[in-house]
Amino acid sequence: MKKHLLSIDDLTTDDIAMLFATAAEMHEVQRRDVKKLPALRGRTVINLFFEDSTRTRSSFEIAGKWLSADTINITGKGSSTSKGESLRDTVLTIASMGVDALVMRHSASGAAEQVSHWIDAAVINAGDGTHEHPSQALLDAYTLQRRFGSEGQLGSLDDKHVLIVGDLTHSRVFRSNVLCLTKLGARVTVVAPPTLMPSGVGPWSAEAGYATSYDLDEVLPKADAVMMLRVQKERMSGGFFPSPREYTVGYGLTRERLAVLGPDVPICHPGPMNRGLEIAADAADAAQSAVLEQVSAGVAVRMAVLYHLLAGEASA
Amino acid sequence: MSVLIKGARLYGADAVDLLLEDGVIREVGSVSASADEVVDADGLIALPGLVDLHTHLREPGREDAETILTGSRAAAAGGYTAVLAMANTSPVTDTAEAAERVLDLGRAAGLVDVQPVGAVTKGLAGAELAELGLMARSRARVRVFSDDGKCVGDARVMRRALEYVRAFGGVVSQHSQDSALAGPTACCHEGEISGRLGLPGWPGIAEEVIVARDVMLARHTGSRVHVAHVSTAGSVEVVRWAKAQGISVTAEVTPHHLLLTTDLLTGYDNGEARGAYDPVYKVNPPLRPAEDVEALRAALADGTIDAVATDHAPHARHDKEHAFVDAAFGMLGLETALSVIASVMVEPGRFDWRDLARVMSTTPARIAGLEGQGGELVEGAPANLTLVDPAAEITVDRDASLSLSRNNPWHGRRFAAAVHSTYLRGQRTHQR
Repeated sequence: MKKHLLSIDDLTTDDIAMLFATAAEMHEVQRRDVKKLPALRGRTVINLFFEDSTRTRSSFEIAGKWLSADTINITGKGSSTSKGESLRDTVLTIASMGVDALVMRHSASGAAEQVSHWIDAAVINAGDGTHEHPSQALLDAYTLQRRFGSEGQLGSLDDKHVLIVGDLTHSRVFRSNVLCLTKLGARVTVVAPPTLMPSGVGPWSAEAGYATSYDLDEVLPKADAVMMLRVQKERMSGGFFPSPREYTVGYGLTRERLAVLGPDVPICHPGPMNRGLEIAADAADAAQSAVLEQVSAGVAVRMAVLYHLLAGEASA
Repeated sequence: MSVLIKGARLYGADAVDLLLEDGVIREVGSVSASADEVVDADGLIALPGLVDLHTHLREPGREDAETILTGSRAAAAGGYTAVLAMANTSPVTDTAEAAERVLDLGRAAGLVDVQPVGAVTKGLAGAELAELGLMARSRARVRVFSDDGKCVGDARVMRRALEYVRAFGGVVSQHSQDSALAGPTACCHEGEISGRLGLPGWPGIAEEVIVARDVMLARHTGSRVHVAHVSTAGSVEVVRWAKAQGISVTAEVTPHHLLLTTDLLTGYDNGEARGAYDPVYKVNPPLRPAEDVEALRAALADGTIDAVATDHAPHARHDKEHAFVDAAFGMLGLETALSVIASVMVEPGRFDWRDLARVMSTTPARIAGLEGQGGELVEGAPANLTLVDPAAEITVDRDASLSLSRNNPWHGRRFAAAVHSTYLRGQRTHQR
């Protein structure tokens, strides 16, 4: 593996297979009464979150603690401005305390990559603006592979048709997932109204090998898995679509659409969910929903990431 | 003080001698007279001193990024003998007093003629006209007005400004950017790259709709409008159409929009991996795709675009060490402009050296109404000239810059031609 995890593009398929094999072992540990492993004893992991996050931050924190790393959370103020301290000064200050890994969340796309050029510690991108959220994509793919496997063995995503539905323009989960899923052999169709499609999606999707659609009902019956994305509140009044009601009718996973899905089709959502908007309660709570499995897989996958970046057993 | 320049190729044509004396060109041809100093200019090209329509010198207000003195040094090193200093300083150049202060600081530096640009509106706020007439009547004789950095978005304000400056032969230089289409966080060109990188971008049309509106306002008022830093093929089409209609419009393009593309944001440059999201490439207007770059080169070659202007925009290091979306807009340009234009226009045969002199000296001086600049290199003319070494083979080093700032997108790039030396009214202001 490379030194940092900034983008899914930093990983080869072998890297991902290795991470998932480790994650599966870590997943077993989660079921034990005593969950702590000594692997990262004496190592320091700082969760530097410039943007609010509950689940990602606590997931990384638990992952670090179960590996016996000293894990510290620092929450910064939102986005820096030209009047405030520069991002470089902020992270150099923190890195100078003696840090082995910096898990970073920032509201600006590219922030983690920029930081990786300034400090020596491993940088793990825990979400940079609307760019990427690689650990989320890894846990999503891992969750699906578990679903498609049997008796604890991971299955394959090869030729599985995965839908990613929602606000693609502003979604780092989409950007990491489309890279990760296609890398693992899945066929991906992304679904959104035209105003929430990323700019330049035409040439991008053609080159990267995924499909696009404005019509959820057309593609839904052909799905092997569905990922619903959160619609941010601030987009609702931003002119991207006329009203929450209209969004739900066009792009929500409603009870009616749930009936169209096969009973084994996993439903994923990175959370937090807007129940009733992009996902109906019936869908969120359905037996086929993978939402809580995603959360538990998140800890295992993040343990695997920390382990391979810090324990020095990484191979390229 | 007299200087005899021996054997310089005038505008890249035949080699002549030039005798500079008392600030003017005393003789052109085969000069036998002696001089206080003799310069062997064998292999060098003599051009009129370059004129930059668009420079940010940051003084007053941000003297940590550039001063009028350091900016003048960088300008002289780039072959310039005159620069127009944009008004978006702190305080803004929106009064006669502020304009005269810039003029005086430029004279004190004494390396290039620093001609202040006046703000169109008070405080660049876009609402009320600044004291355009008082600036025009001041010692600074302001003729170019611009809210650069901001667009005069209100069509009524723009119309009034265009009408008003006619009284004193002024011109409005517009930073064309529709603020609603661009959006408050836009930081790069909107397209496939911004979509992949997850950066908020603004599309070419945010520029083009303003260019289209302004040429129609120019037609309506009969006034002259200047389009600053044109960056898209669509804007070029509009300007070409407007000129065909006889509308009084001129346009400038920057060296960076003629060479650098938005792909640089991905961190790859000619297949070589660099860091993505490097704020050194954050500039307004943004770097555009290669198709736009080619359209701009073609438009410069066919005369649709009248001038090259640097938009030299120094920034303190810490203002570029933010996340991309938070970092300051702008890049250095004064010292490298001639090398870039020689590389993209002269080397491929789209320009001869006289064409280069036209777009970098003669026409900008005419647009700005600058006397004594951009004139033909003939006997009796002011001795403002630049000697160019067409075979210099330079590699740009940001740490060798005379600017106070280091936001230099040209660092590490190689160019064939470079400025050899610069003369302002017969005084040498720079030598490599």
